[in-house]
Amino acid sequence: MHFDPVAWLRRLFAPIDPWLFGILMATLSGAFIVMMSASPERFQSHCMNIVTGMLIMWLTAHMRPQRLYNLALPLYVVGVLLLVAVALFGESSKGAQRWLNLGVVRIQPSEIMKIAMPLMLAWYFQKREGSLKIRDFIIAIALLAIPVGLIAKQPDLGTAILVLGAGVFVIFFAGLSWKLIAPVTLLGIAGVVAIIMYQTPICAPDVKWPGMKDYQKHRICTLLDPSSDPLGKGFHTIQSTIAVGSGGVFGKGWREGTQAHLDFLPERHTDFVLAVLSEEFGLVGVVVLTILYGMLIARGLAIAANAPNMFGRLLAGAITMTFFCYAFVNMGMVSGILPVVGVPLPFVSYGGTALVTLCLGIGVLMSVRRYRLRTGGA
Amino acid sequence: MEFKAPEQELSRFRARVAVAGVFVLVCFGLILSRFVFLQIVRHDYYSTRAEENRISLVPIVPNRGLIIDRNGVILARNYSAYTLEITPSKVRNLEGTIDELAEVIEVQPKDRKRFRKLLDESKNFESLPIRTRLTDTEVARFIAQRYRFPGVEIKARLFRQYPQGELASHALGYIGRINVKEAEVIEEDDEMAANYRGTDHIGKIGLEQSYETYLHGMTGFEQVEVDASGRAVRALRRTPPVPGDNLVLTMDAELQKIADQAFGDRRGALVAIEPGTGGILALVSKPTFDPNLFVDGIDPQNWDILNTSIDKPLLHRAIYSAYPPGSTFKPYMALAALMTGKRTPTQTIYDPGYYVFGNNTFRDDKKGGHGTVDMYKSIVQSCDTYYYMLANDMGIDLLSSTIGQFGFGAKTGIDMQGEAEGVLPSPAWKKRRFKKPEQQKWYAGETISIGIGQGYNSYTVIQMAHAMATLAAGGVMFKPHLVRYIEDAKTGKRTVIEPTPIKTIPISPENLAVIKQAMVGVNKAGTGARAFAGAEYESAGKTGTAQVYSLKGAKYKEGEVNLRLRDHALFIAFAPVENPKIALAVLVENGGFGAQAAAPIARQVLDYYLLGKRPVGPAAEVDAEDE
Repeated sequence: MHFDPVAWLRRLFAPIDPWLFGILMATLSGAFIVMMSASPERFQSHCMNIVTGMLIMWLTAHMRPQRLYNLALPLYVVGVLLLVAVALFGESSKGAQRWLNLGVVRIQPSEIMKIAMPLMLAWYFQKREGSLKIRDFIIAIALLAIPVGLIAKQPDLGTAILVLGAGVFVIFFAGLSWKLIAPVTLLGIAGVVAIIMYQTPICAPDVKWPGMKDYQKHRICTLLDPSSDPLGKGFHTIQSTIAVGSGGVFGKGWREGTQAHLDFLPERHTDFVLAVLSEEFGLVGVVVLTILYGMLIARGLAIAANAPNMFGRLLAGAITMTFFCYAFVNMGMVSGILPVVGVPLPFVSYGGTALVTLCLGIGVLMSVRRYRLRTGGA
Repeated sequence: MEFKAPEQELSRFRARVAVAGVFVLVCFGLILSRFVFLQIVRHDYYSTRAEENRISLVPIVPNRGLIIDRNGVILARNYSAYTLEITPSKVRNLEGTIDELAEVIEVQPKDRKRFRKLLDESKNFESLPIRTRLTDTEVARFIAQRYRFPGVEIKARLFRQYPQGELASHALGYIGRINVKEAEVIEEDDEMAANYRGTDHIGKIGLEQSYETYLHGMTGFEQVEVDASGRAVRALRRTPPVPGDNLVLTMDAELQKIADQAFGDRRGALVAIEPGTGGILALVSKPTFDPNLFVDGIDPQNWDILNTSIDKPLLHRAIYSAYPPGSTFKPYMALAALMTGKRTPTQTIYDPGYYVFGNNTFRDDKKGGHGTVDMYKSIVQSCDTYYYMLANDMGIDLLSSTIGQFGFGAKTGIDMQGEAEGVLPSPAWKKRRFKKPEQQKWYAGETISIGIGQGYNSYTVIQMAHAMATLAAGGVMFKPHLVRYIEDAKTGKRTVIEPTPIKTIPISPENLAVIKQAMVGVNKAGTGARAFAGAEYESAGKTGTAQVYSLKGAKYKEGEVNLRLRDHALFIAFAPVENPKIALAVLVENGGFGAQAAAPIARQVLDYYLLGKRPVGPAAEVDAEDE
């Protein structure tokens, strides 16, 4: 056969969605600039992470959704087993047991669940398609609760929230009745309001919160009143809001952030990179970033809406909403309206694992899009 | 495999996607409004907070002024040394940390004790020295192990040093760490509080205290950008400190040393003043102490020794303690008699060896008396009876008002804090002093012993020297002072402390000549003659012996009384008589006769000051019958 380089290239990039790719590149470039201010010494490894992420994205995009469908159950089972293994034999660091040492590599099984969870639920609902009953939703919730519980127990609140978010959105997209959604939502809102209103008594040092470690309670309590512990738990929140607020509309300029460069900002290249961005590029930078995220989510939801089957739709929708969860929780935490939980700013924070997972997600979206419904129906 | 999507399910899914989209928009809207609030509404507030975070004012402590004697001998200076300091608030287990430190750097029990003491006196967030004056090796050893000791650091600090050791320690005083009480005083005055940021030592007594404002200087400030751990990253602006002024003293350190050594191990005080300026040439209080011990905070062991010693080395005997002047009072009595016309120089009395007033007999020290005594003889031989009579003739009111003109019983105004007033006895004083009416009454019999410098009479040695200098200067009284000029350490500009004449006592030259002549007679043929035998200059003097212990009329026999109850020996003098350059008063506690113990000290001081003659050893006691 005659070798046609144009056709070859076209095939090579066929699964790449130009929209997603474009938005992703814009976000990564912006992130790169911020990273060169926040942590220039990590230039090389950051580049490596991006290259790895792109590769993973490209590989995943080439997979047919059917392959993903077949992988769902084994991935979920392995993921849960690994989480159990972590609970039993895991290695602790900084008071949390998250890592599993396999001799050759240390892995963090909770990260796998960020993808395995929506896959599994989408798989389940696809299996039950056409005959969905309340029982199926209960089973779905159980499937969700097991890994979320295990992750929260480690404790890794950030990942637990993301996995929970992914699962909840699958269930939501699968069509869980509003009659059930509404009361749960209201109950949640009521809970938050109650915590805010009764902050003083429930944040008293000797009060134990059921199912939560002391440090988690601390995080929520210091969020409500950061000044109660200005040098301890509240330090992150206080310093990060100072960084954000002092940035103003246009920011202090690249590499001019005093909060960032005089070490007042903790975790400035990872979870609090947004504070650096806000300080140096101001509200303008934040708005640009939010628009990029909005576009990414819009594109993701559009892909979901045009997916040919339930599995594709639920998977794409849930993964898209996971991106949203990442962004929302991180931005809320940096601006001081959500507790400090370890959630990175998607595509911006430094960190190979998170970037690979996120690019995997993008790859999945691209894969789903490739087999979309053609306009006007199939 | 193909999945078939029922249209109805697809549209329901798309509706849910729309809901999710709206949810995302609402949430992002919420987040953005929060950023708008922080970055626009509260921008100014957070900018200020960020600046406050960033900028810190670091005080730059000025160099403390030097103290230099009149000939350029340095009496107090600074040197830079490393200290090992602990900030208690940053250290969890203080004892454990010190134990661990002791493995790296020698920490003696006395260092620990001193640290404990400092800890009790300070606030927790100050850094306190556990060791001072580290050697280079010690510094290197600690730095290698520094990571083990959070809250412990090496600091380069300026230390005060008194290179002459114990010499003139009472006059110089010392600096020490600012205590809680002093800190309160500093805090009350905003300007002072700002100037003492970063300073942790302050003058405690002596010149170091009284000239604190000059010596301290102006604290400079550096605006530095700091990082979260408080480390300075770079300097933004710098206001340099203004070093403290140097004090150049009227004191002659060499003379001070001669005088100090002349005492040997005897207790006492000596004040030498330049008549006609009031400049203090020597200000001795014996025993002395080493002021260097106090600089870093004295360790309890040394403090105990100094504080509980029966010899009270910390007591500044020259200005804080008052003693009866004994017979050194007589020249002033005689002068008062001349000034008030109560006696003429040639008028004589007959001394049978005692004086009877009412039921009391007042004894003269010479058995059988001095016979016929005129004013000259009364001073040269120190005749008591002459002055018993004189006191009675003058009466207490005239006596005390005339004598008082020489500054007795009043602070001299020396440039040093805590001067005692002493007691110039008078009915008014007695009324103030006592509470019960029967004690407040002045009895005429009490006036008699006032005449020979006993009774209620009680003056500081500086008052005695001050009066002597005034008399030597013909009645012109200058304020005694230790500082000759204050020198700007940077420009060298001098602010001279001009001799301040306080007043001129109206003494006629004739009357003055009588007294001077008699005092010359003391050193030539009288009670001071032995001590001044062979002097190559003409000096005027008067011996004195002050009773510590009342013997109730019995004859005083030396050696029979406990050593601490022996009489105090006194001597006052000035020289040369024609053009007095130095006037002094010497007191030797429990020294016995003034002629025996005090006059030889004066001789050594005068010999050195006038002739540059250095004595071989402490002033030897000379044999003397008392006045």
